[in-house]
Amino acid sequence: MADTVLSAATKAAQLLPQVHEPRNPGMELDLDLVRALQANTSAIERRAATLPGRRSVKKEYQAAWLLRAITMIDLTTLAGDDTPGRVRRLCAKAANPVRADLLDALKMPPVTTGAVCVYHDMVETAVEALQGTGIPVAAVSTGFPAGLSPFHLRVAEIEESVKAGAKEIDIVISRRHVLTGDWQALYDEMRTFRAACGEAHVKAILATGELGTLRNVARASWVCMMGGADFIKTSTGKEGVNATLPVSLVMTRAIRAYHELTGHRIGYKPAGGISKAKDALVYLSLMKDELGDRWLRPDLFRFGASSLLGDIERQLEHFVTGRYSAGYRHAIG
Amino acid sequence: MNVRDIFETMDYGPAPEDASEAMAWIERHGGVFGHFIGGDWTKPASTFASKNPATGKLLAKISQARPRDVDAAVKAARAAQPAWARDAKARACALYALARMVQKHSRLFATLETLDNGKPIRESRDIDIPLVARHFYYHAGMAQLMDDELPDRQALGVAGQIVPWNFPLLMLAWKVAPALAMGNTVVLKPAEYTSLTALLFADLAREAGLPKGVLNIVTGDGNVGALITEHEGIDKIAFTGSTEVGRIIRRATAGSGKSLTLELGGKSPYIVFDDADQDSAIEGLVDAIWFNQGQVCCAGSRLLIQEGIAEDFTRRLKARMDKLRVGDPLDKCIDVGAVVDPVQLQTIEGLVKGSGGEVYHAACEMPKGGSFYPPTLITGLSTADPLMQEEIFGPVLVSTTFRTPAEAVELANNTRYGLAATLWTENVNLALDIAPKLAAGVVWVNATNLFDAAAGFGGVRESGFGREGGWEGLLAYTKPKATARKLPARSAPPSETTPADDAIDRTAKLYIGGKQTRPDGGYSRAVLSPKGKVVGHVGLANRKDLRNAAEAMNAAASWSKTTGHLRAQILYYMAENLSARTVEFAARIDAMTGRRGGKAEVDASIDRLFTWAAWADKFDGRAKGVPIRGVALAMNEPVGKIAAFAPDDAPLLGLVSLVGPAMAMGNRITVMASEPHPLSATDFYQVLDTSDVPGGVVNILTGPHAELAPQAAGHMDIDAVWSFSTADLSAMIERESATNLKRTWVNHGRAHDWSDAAAHTFLAAATEVKTIWIPYGE
Repeated sequence: MADTVLSAATKAAQLLPQVHEPRNPGMELDLDLVRALQANTSAIERRAATLPGRRSVKKEYQAAWLLRAITMIDLTTLAGDDTPGRVRRLCAKAANPVRADLLDALKMPPVTTGAVCVYHDMVETAVEALQGTGIPVAAVSTGFPAGLSPFHLRVAEIEESVKAGAKEIDIVISRRHVLTGDWQALYDEMRTFRAACGEAHVKAILATGELGTLRNVARASWVCMMGGADFIKTSTGKEGVNATLPVSLVMTRAIRAYHELTGHRIGYKPAGGISKAKDALVYLSLMKDELGDRWLRPDLFRFGASSLLGDIERQLEHFVTGRYSAGYRHAIG
Repeated sequence: MNVRDIFETMDYGPAPEDASEAMAWIERHGGVFGHFIGGDWTKPASTFASKNPATGKLLAKISQARPRDVDAAVKAARAAQPAWARDAKARACALYALARMVQKHSRLFATLETLDNGKPIRESRDIDIPLVARHFYYHAGMAQLMDDELPDRQALGVAGQIVPWNFPLLMLAWKVAPALAMGNTVVLKPAEYTSLTALLFADLAREAGLPKGVLNIVTGDGNVGALITEHEGIDKIAFTGSTEVGRIIRRATAGSGKSLTLELGGKSPYIVFDDADQDSAIEGLVDAIWFNQGQVCCAGSRLLIQEGIAEDFTRRLKARMDKLRVGDPLDKCIDVGAVVDPVQLQTIEGLVKGSGGEVYHAACEMPKGGSFYPPTLITGLSTADPLMQEEIFGPVLVSTTFRTPAEAVELANNTRYGLAATLWTENVNLALDIAPKLAAGVVWVNATNLFDAAAGFGGVRESGFGREGGWEGLLAYTKPKATARKLPARSAPPSETTPADDAIDRTAKLYIGGKQTRPDGGYSRAVLSPKGKVVGHVGLANRKDLRNAAEAMNAAASWSKTTGHLRAQILYYMAENLSARTVEFAARIDAMTGRRGGKAEVDASIDRLFTWAAWADKFDGRAKGVPIRGVALAMNEPVGKIAAFAPDDAPLLGLVSLVGPAMAMGNRITVMASEPHPLSATDFYQVLDTSDVPGGVVNILTGPHAELAPQAAGHMDIDAVWSFSTADLSAMIERESATNLKRTWVNHGRAHDWSDAAAHTFLAAATEVKTIWIPYGE
């Protein structure tokens, strides 16, 4: 049984596009640029409100898009009661996110999620469980979610997780640097975290729900990209407000402008609150329209989500059978 | 494409809206429609084809109305009107039923609209149809409140309404809802390309129980519009469409006594300051000029970018354009649909081909067949280029740059039009400084193409006159309850004259720019009492004097920017100075009129000036309750430069009744004094001189009204003409006003009751409502 799981997942990993985007080296902190950034909240909200109505993906297109969405999910468990058993189960789900009969009906080879995302203590377990699948383990770090533990411990936490085998590190920024406009401090922090990550890719969690304004979101996005972030990510999932479309517009626009300026593509990860297949499609069309098709691959886009997969599975079964599905028909993660 | 391929390409794929219900409705009517008159369908006759512009396929056959059809429609509307006007509460119920009807059948309306017009289904579904429902809801409320809130107003009667093809059902709603709410009945003609949703509306309205004859729809081309315009049984014409046709309608209705509102073309500026959120401003442009294929009268079609950011902005804009999806309008994943008709497509193609600028077509995939045109940006045009001035009415944006806020305003206002304007800046000081300076009926700050039933919409200059929506919109469908008596004809001048008593000659000059000037023509005439006694002499103004007065009004432009408080003080001062000369003014009136009412008239005039001094700082605007987080400010702005013909029946009171409201609201005015009794006006020069009235704010000419009226009405730099003249000028003024589509207010030979200040009527005439939309939020 375990062998089949692994071989299917290995095949899936080979199917993933093997693109090698040069990593973002960052750039000097450009305070003039940062301070000149604007984000008109009401205009951004209006645009965001019309997004779901502007794009519609139907039938086989929808099925394909949802499968693509699965490959970009960071399947996540970040709970105090996580145990090795729980994490192993999640990893198995990450390697086999869709029922084999559905994939057959869709004439699709196996797919996997983009990564599994856990706390540091679960990294080893996850790495072991995912061996041979090609699925990377992401670790939330730096005193997640508040980021208020001693700085040297936050840096050490990154190093420990990398040592434990995490290929991706989701760091949290110090919100106070944003709220007080101390962009230099934020930049230095990002630089230090990036250096501590070594080869592991770093996702900067802005905790946008705590930054007060969209202008701050834009500025924090830029400073983190300048500081060498590989991804910028909305939220920990623990703030009162997590990923939203307005925030996503601001962050994707920042990514687009950073790419225009530096030639480097930064990834985007909305996290928290995306639980419906329909929402996932809106996010994908947002990426496609604002940034381009290149951002519809797991090296440049991830969903931070735990319950999204279940809804996508039900939608896929609906597409295959023409009948609405039930949650219990799909294996839980 | 199979799932596995799409998984790699991540293309959008087709997402068509199901059109079968809409087609089934057409089918139920046998694919051919008559007119909807008196609650029933007429037998189809002289039909023409209505096509789907995206495919060129026939949708239905529509009847071309003949004179007898229009007669029948007007007759049905006339018959239904008294009963309809009687019960406002019943009208509220009926309008509520129409609002609910639109909501209940929203998808059917949206699909049919897209089939017929070619606009993307997203727009008809998410914008047009919800706004239609909103308009009926809002005006159901206006019917409910009419008795309480508008006790002095009544319905005009039968309204003839002619709507365009760009927002077929929405424009029907904008016209029909206020008309019906105020107790009018309607004869409406949809545009020939796009009649179907109006016919569906009528069909469903019948089901919803709208009384017979209240709403009549006649279909056909411009000839039917002309039949409506010229029909004697119609009391009001409301037209939305091109400036060219608007002009024709203005001339055709001149002198008929029909009330008229025109919502015409535009070349609306879209100003981006260097501190704007550029990405949002670019999305705004998508909603401004690529909304409804740019076939929007208020489309932000003239992009003005601050020079320092122009290059960057244009580059980003082009990248955004490339992402637009052009195609089957029924596809739910399409941004830009089909242009309404091949004829319109040819017009757009021709205009762009003739352009001297650098043309950029969006690199988007274009559908084969159908009337499609790619989103287009033209840069590097000078202000003199025809494309910077002419309305293209297609998905074509032209752009240029500016250096300073003042230059932005100058460029923005360098147009014959004045419908809408958009400005983007994060600086609240800049936004609130610029918005009032833009010559436009609607200004959007950091947004564009926002509409709501509560917010007035309409233009200035050659974009037309009248407002649709809000309380101000109701003025277009009501009139005062008081009925005016016929103005008595002027009595013939006495045949024998006796010379004046004065030992020293006193010949009044003209009053232009705060100075007394001799008439250009060098002619003067005697002013006689009814008994033939010479009571003075006045100069005879000609067209050059009028020209000079218009220039003097221009030079006094800063009056419009003064505070109401200052204007009030000056008006009080005028009253004070007039009061000091009561005896002299009373004697003059008595001498000219041969009656004894001079003293009473002077007292009334002083009182009138007090009234207008009182109003100067009290005609507040409104903050409209529009359904966004933000405010829509309705600001009462001065009309500008007014030419007014004073009445004979109150030589002094008539004069101050015109000058007072004009001045109070910040206008500049040139009054043609009463012809038989001009001396109260010429005596008034000294009141003006001694009351700190800046030169050029009030100019007074004496001379023949019939000669000056066409000059005033035809003058391109005068914004409004009012006539209370006893001379029969109304038709001529209305006809000549078509040159620049200035607002006119003429008496049609009816007397005005000068004992009443008629404050609200004058306030409305002396102001334009500008709606400034200011969404906010951080």
